[in-house]
Amino acid sequence: MKISREDVLRVAELAYLDLSENELETYRAQIDEILEYIGKLNELDTAKVEPMAQVLTTDQQADATLREDLVVLCAVAEDVLKHAPDPEPPYFRVPKVIER
Amino acid sequence: MRTKQKEPVTATWTIDGVKEALAAKKISARELAGDFYKRIEAKNPELNAYLALSPERARKQADKIDVLVAGGKPLPPLAGVPVAIKDVISTRGTKTTCGSKILENYVPPYDATAVERLEAAGAVILGKTNCDEFAMGSSNENSAYGPVKNPVAPDRVPGGSSGGSAAVVAAGLAVASLGTDTGGSIRQPGSFCGIPAMMGSYGRVSRYGLIAFASSLDRIGPFASNVKDVATVLQVIAGRDPRDSTSTTAPVPDYRAELGKPVKGIRLGIPKDYFGEGMDAGVQRKIEAGIEVFKKMGCELVDIRMPHTDYAIATYYIIATAEASSNLARYDGVRYGLRVDGDSLLSMYRKTRGAGFGAEVKRRIVLGTYVLSAGYYDAYYLKGQKVRSLIAQDFHEAFTKVDAILTPTSPVPAFKLGERTDDPLQMYLADIYTVTGSLAGVPGISVPCGRIDGKLPVGLQIFGPAFGEGRVLQLAHAFEQAGGASV
Repeated sequence: MKISREDVLRVAELAYLDLSENELETYRAQIDEILEYIGKLNELDTAKVEPMAQVLTTDQQADATLREDLVVLCAVAEDVLKHAPDPEPPYFRVPKVIER
Repeated sequence: MRTKQKEPVTATWTIDGVKEALAAKKISARELAGDFYKRIEAKNPELNAYLALSPERARKQADKIDVLVAGGKPLPPLAGVPVAIKDVISTRGTKTTCGSKILENYVPPYDATAVERLEAAGAVILGKTNCDEFAMGSSNENSAYGPVKNPVAPDRVPGGSSGGSAAVVAAGLAVASLGTDTGGSIRQPGSFCGIPAMMGSYGRVSRYGLIAFASSLDRIGPFASNVKDVATVLQVIAGRDPRDSTSTTAPVPDYRAELGKPVKGIRLGIPKDYFGEGMDAGVQRKIEAGIEVFKKMGCELVDIRMPHTDYAIATYYIIATAEASSNLARYDGVRYGLRVDGDSLLSMYRKTRGAGFGAEVKRRIVLGTYVLSAGYYDAYYLKGQKVRSLIAQDFHEAFTKVDAILTPTSPVPAFKLGERTDDPLQMYLADIYTVTGSLAGVPGISVPCGRIDGKLPVGLQIFGPAFGEGRVLQLAHAFEQAGGASV
């Protein structure tokens, strides 16, 4: 077994994801099978291989430069807040974070 | 009374056809959009390919085009062309759900650059197309809004994740559409629905406004009924966008000028590694017949090896899920989308995400978080990144010997609805021939290559080197013109 029930619980907590008892066991078994399959990568000796951290090659990257840092008018706050679950313009309201 | 009514003729519109009809005043852009909406109204309840329509926006745009026509003004490249947009691409004022309950009522305050460019080129945006939730899936069955049916075979899936975008074009409910491809999500549904479908190089099309799944893989690309139209749409959406730092300034050649150039002498690699076990015999026969077409056109066929192909799915499902777990952290019930109340901030997060995401998305978040977590990062994520280098290297080496690579798009034709939903790993393996190019960053197209028993479409995939879209389109067009679709 590659992944235990405790592992799934720990990871779900890291991801702030509520899982039902049923989901927990189903995903554990399925992910276990997937990890088993992924294990085939160990057939490859990658000790001398660099990880591929960028998709574009170096000269293509030079192309993909950052734009100039200019101030651009962006008056969407009202629109954005209109679609928030619990807006209190100009703020988003959330449940109490700090207990006093 | 048994007066049998004549079936309405489904006109197969092309981009050029629309332009000619508009210029000759045979139809107005407004009437054309109206006709498409009528057809959508009739067929969509069965297909479930559109999730939302934007008739007001379409009418406004069509009227603009009609003013140009009336004034005898030159028409832009997509004048009046009815198009559809996958629901992971932001459209200002029109709901963009990503096929997820967590964004059920989300209305973006801005347009994606690709959408903006389509409209600036005259396209009429009809609406948003169904897809697997957050583009995670290979059958469109992971949509929170129900599966899409394959217009070619309604008991079968259209492929995924861009199943709706493929289905609307195949069913004549849009002339072209945009999809997104992370591991095959444009090319595989294109192949299942029997239409050409293209993923440009990584960095070729701006992703500003694309709701992210896996940022080192996600790409936007077109579906259309023919290769020339695919080229035309790609032309419009390609090119540098200052709002996406991963879009490159590499010049965008005139793709349509590449079409029709002779293909004689072009070297095509046939990687043995793509013709292994697991391939449907019917698919294999069609692909072999397709390769024969290229041979007849005078292309030089070269046997090549791409030895890391077999490791691509494992690599992909590490990298894609890791990136997804990070990208999807933003759905927290605070700024947009669903919120499920909890008695603390953290419990609100947990409940919102638990209720808002579907099964496949949760599975991938758990897997992705796991492969990135302390103690497992080196064994999984870093290993995956290293094998990704080897897969990219396979492509680099191949392109020192050949100009393009031919493979099947999918090992199987469209499968039956419900057939694979209980086994995620089996579903993942449907992407076995497409994920390689996604990992390597190269462009690829799926082009129709016959139908098994005259029914189920097969797609032939053509890979080119990075920024070799022109060559890929040229070959696909030549294949189409040589009757590739009916081998």
